[in-house]
Amino acid sequence: MKSKEMVCIVCPLGCKLEIEAIDEAEGKYKIEGYKCPRGEEYGINEFTNPTRVLTSTVKIKGAHLKRLPVKTNGVISKYLIKECMEEINAVEVEAPVKMGDVIIANILDTGVDITASRSM
Amino acid sequence: MLHYDVVVIGGGPAGLAAAIEAKKNGIDSILVIERDRELGGILQQCIHNGFGLHVFKEELTGPEYAERFIIELEEMGIEYKLDTMVLSITKDKKVTAINTSDGLMDIDAKAIVLAMGCRERTRGAINIPGSRPAGVFTAGTAQRFVNMEGYMVGKKVVILGTGDIGLIMARRMVLEGAEVLGVLARRSYPAGLTRNVVQCLEDYNIPLLLSHTVVGIEGKDRLKGVIIAQTDKNRRPIAGTEKYVECDTLLLSVGLIPENELSKGAEIELDDATGGPIVNESMETSAEGIFACGNVVHVHDIVDWVTEESQRAGKSAAKYVKNQLHSDSIEVYTQAGTGIGYVVPQRIKLDHIENALSLFMRVDKIYKDIHIVVKADDKPIKKIKKVFSTPAEMETVKVPMHILKGQEVKKITVEIQNEEA
Amino acid sequence: MYDAAIIGAGIIGSNIARELSKYDLKVILLEKDNDVSNGTTKANSGIVHAGYDAEPGTLKAKFNVLGNEMYEKLCRELEVPFRRIGSLVVATKEEDMETIEQLYAKGKANGVPDMKILSKEEAQKLESNLSDNIAGALYAATAGIVGSWEFAIALAENAVDNGVELRLNSEVKDIQKLEESYRLITASGEIQTKYVINAAGLFADAIHNMVSTPTFEIIPNRGQYQLFDKNSGKHVNTVVFQCPTKHGKGVVVLPTVHYNLLVGPNAEAVDSKDALDTSKEGMGFIKEKAKESVKGIRFNEVITSFSGLRAKTPSGDFIIEESKGAKGFINVAAIDSPGLTAAPAIAEYVVNLLKDIAGEFNINKNFRPNRRPSVQFAALSDEEKMKLIEKDPRYGRIICRCENITEGEIVDIIKRNAGATTVDGVKRRARPGSGRCQGGFCSPWVMEILARELNININEIVKDGKNSYILTEATKQPQVQLQEA
Repeated sequence: MKSKEMVCIVCPLGCKLEIEAIDEAEGKYKIEGYKCPRGEEYGINEFTNPTRVLTSTVKIKGAHLKRLPVKTNGVISKYLIKECMEEINAVEVEAPVKMGDVIIANILDTGVDITASRSM
Repeated sequence: MLHYDVVVIGGGPAGLAAAIEAKKNGIDSILVIERDRELGGILQQCIHNGFGLHVFKEELTGPEYAERFIIELEEMGIEYKLDTMVLSITKDKKVTAINTSDGLMDIDAKAIVLAMGCRERTRGAINIPGSRPAGVFTAGTAQRFVNMEGYMVGKKVVILGTGDIGLIMARRMVLEGAEVLGVLARRSYPAGLTRNVVQCLEDYNIPLLLSHTVVGIEGKDRLKGVIIAQTDKNRRPIAGTEKYVECDTLLLSVGLIPENELSKGAEIELDDATGGPIVNESMETSAEGIFACGNVVHVHDIVDWVTEESQRAGKSAAKYVKNQLHSDSIEVYTQAGTGIGYVVPQRIKLDHIENALSLFMRVDKIYKDIHIVVKADDKPIKKIKKVFSTPAEMETVKVPMHILKGQEVKKITVEIQNEEA
Repeated sequence: MYDAAIIGAGIIGSNIARELSKYDLKVILLEKDNDVSNGTTKANSGIVHAGYDAEPGTLKAKFNVLGNEMYEKLCRELEVPFRRIGSLVVATKEEDMETIEQLYAKGKANGVPDMKILSKEEAQKLESNLSDNIAGALYAATAGIVGSWEFAIALAENAVDNGVELRLNSEVKDIQKLEESYRLITASGEIQTKYVINAAGLFADAIHNMVSTPTFEIIPNRGQYQLFDKNSGKHVNTVVFQCPTKHGKGVVVLPTVHYNLLVGPNAEAVDSKDALDTSKEGMGFIKEKAKESVKGIRFNEVITSFSGLRAKTPSGDFIIEESKGAKGFINVAAIDSPGLTAAPAIAEYVVNLLKDIAGEFNINKNFRPNRRPSVQFAALSDEEKMKLIEKDPRYGRIICRCENITEGEIVDIIKRNAGATTVDGVKRRARPGSGRCQGGFCSPWVMEILARELNININEIVKDGKNSYILTEATKQPQVQLQEA
């Protein structure tokens, strides 16, 4: 049966969570070690579908700096980070760019865009 | 001679918030002086997210957080000078600054807000023995190279220090193709947030070596390797545990020091515990009309608190200019008691407090199940329960004004008490 | 064909090069590293000794006193920071007073002027932070402090201004003795020269062995130092030595010409000629030892630690002579302390040796003793600053905020003869990175300026030595390989 130990990151307390899948199809999990509802939710999400905001930079031309900071404008699966980085690294934009401009739309079909973190 | 009502030194998050708040409080003649070629300060290189949860109720990246304030500042028409260095300030509020277009400027200010931020502790300051090759960087300098200049600083990396910058740089280096061999904490617990330990190290299989430090640096021209060793309870290396680790880069995230050279020039009193100016509830330093906020006062854990503190400084500066900040009231001293590293503000004019007295502090080590107790002289006036408290995070205690009103207090002490006590 | 090739552009080679540039000669100054002044010269105490230390009758004694007298004029001509602040040799216990007497007598014999034996009270009056346990001291008014690498750099620059050819990255790999000359095979090509001056510092023995059977050996001896923030710069106002004992010379506490505090060195035999490490033991020794003579040193204000290697030879004295095995080949070797002080006098002596061998030289009529004037922005008056920024706005841009160094100054020291090409080269000449942040803030800016002025990519900029690269490749490489567990 699938199970995992992890440290909760919701607050600095760092509870040690133990999660076990009872019936994944039914969405049933056994979770222990949490001390608050937020911890419970975090544990299950992190177990079933861990997601992250990815921040990075892309090449930029015609600006005072050589790199433009970017981010995913929503969370993506933790397991897509490597592929996302490869897409991000292949891009080069030209100044001017406005904060929030979409640099890569719908990256890897996640429904999430890579957007500019600042104007440049 | 130029004249301004409020001169803000530093255009990072502290300076921006202070200037905006001064303007909101009715001051039009404001100048922000920034040494870099753009506003935003160190936030511009902090491209990761996690900023703004308290101020904006959403997670922003550093540049986004900065840009929101920059836009507001520009919309308000607040004047600023970039690429401009302040050479000196005096206690009668004369500022000397320099840049390429105005040359040397003498500026007469009615109030000054110090918002110069902090600098990183270096290898020299922590005395790591060994050779002196290239490849040893403070984490912040490396961050600037990688995130802004677009160059990698090395390929095989060891990071000393588990402050958040160290953890975040570990992830950045891996994402840009470097190998991070380990992040070392001299204590038995990481200095940064758990979230960063999980999302920066564990996500990328970066080893976290607790109770370890670097005791030697090798390599003539470029770093070839470091010698690491385990540390004892007092964070001292244990002889016989030395191990050689081959690497070409060592990043240091070993502490930040408030940047107070200008303050010293103006004979402003500094606090040994924080490294910053001694301030009162209005963020006024020992020099009348000179205020300070942000990391120049004490190193903050998150930028949201910098913003809040700086708004207070900006508002106070505005009041001072408008003659609304009485200087004749009696000052009460704060004191860091058992278990508390420092308390800011260090002085309080009780009659200046509007709703509640906010006390900022850091505990001196990790505690579980404690109370943080505020005492007026020897009488407890506020007690808050903490399940967990770490030096990595600032603690805030708000004491409602009605509790303090009418009290004859000389000293306010904050201390830690065990739950049973 | 060169008239003379000088091997080694440290304090000795640079002094000799500049001295030879007064004559109408074709001179080349060869340096194995990518900058002048990069060996022993860049890591020493920077003390101009009075001259009571050396045994009377030695070359050390002679050139120390002669060299000391030459400093004012040279440093004025070349705009090198030098201050004659005097020195104290402190007796940390009563029996040391005997040694103080002996030093005084040696000083007299060596011709050292203006010495005085001080009582405890007199010494403490002069230097308030002397330890409470001292017994007395020897005061020598002629001792001073100098920016040692700045001096060597200035000499090399002025030598080049006056016609000497400087060739960096030119390690001498072999020397062939020809009929009336020498062929030097260097890392940057071959050259032919009538005379060779061996000023190769730690490697002088190896260089000499290329033309002769070995006659001397250079043994590296390491000294570690700690440099303090300017906040500590006024902790002492003179050079404070400890009494030499059979256990060693003790450590020195002194202000530097830039108003930092310097404490060190220890002395330790090392195996390798590039063992430039510091050690926990060495730094611990300095800290403990310094307390014997000076109280209240704030060791939490250390901004950096470094070590230097002294070129010692077992016989102890300088070796300055034509090689017995090779005519026209002059060794200037084993120049350990007081080598910096003695260097100007040694250079004059070496030129005279060369004249003895070669006959009189024609004067270089175009010789100019001064370098192109330089600007120390921080030292200017406000009006001067304004004028300068108007003329050249780069002086309005502060790059180093610890030391208030402007872009104008940095560009200037890159553009000079024997100019800076590395980050540490800039630091040695103009000081950005020498302050309390140790380059944390300014190194990216300095690299940007270097890259622009030298017209190279920023990742080609090195910290110091040839292989001390700072940046690797650009970010955004196409392949992303994340770490495996």
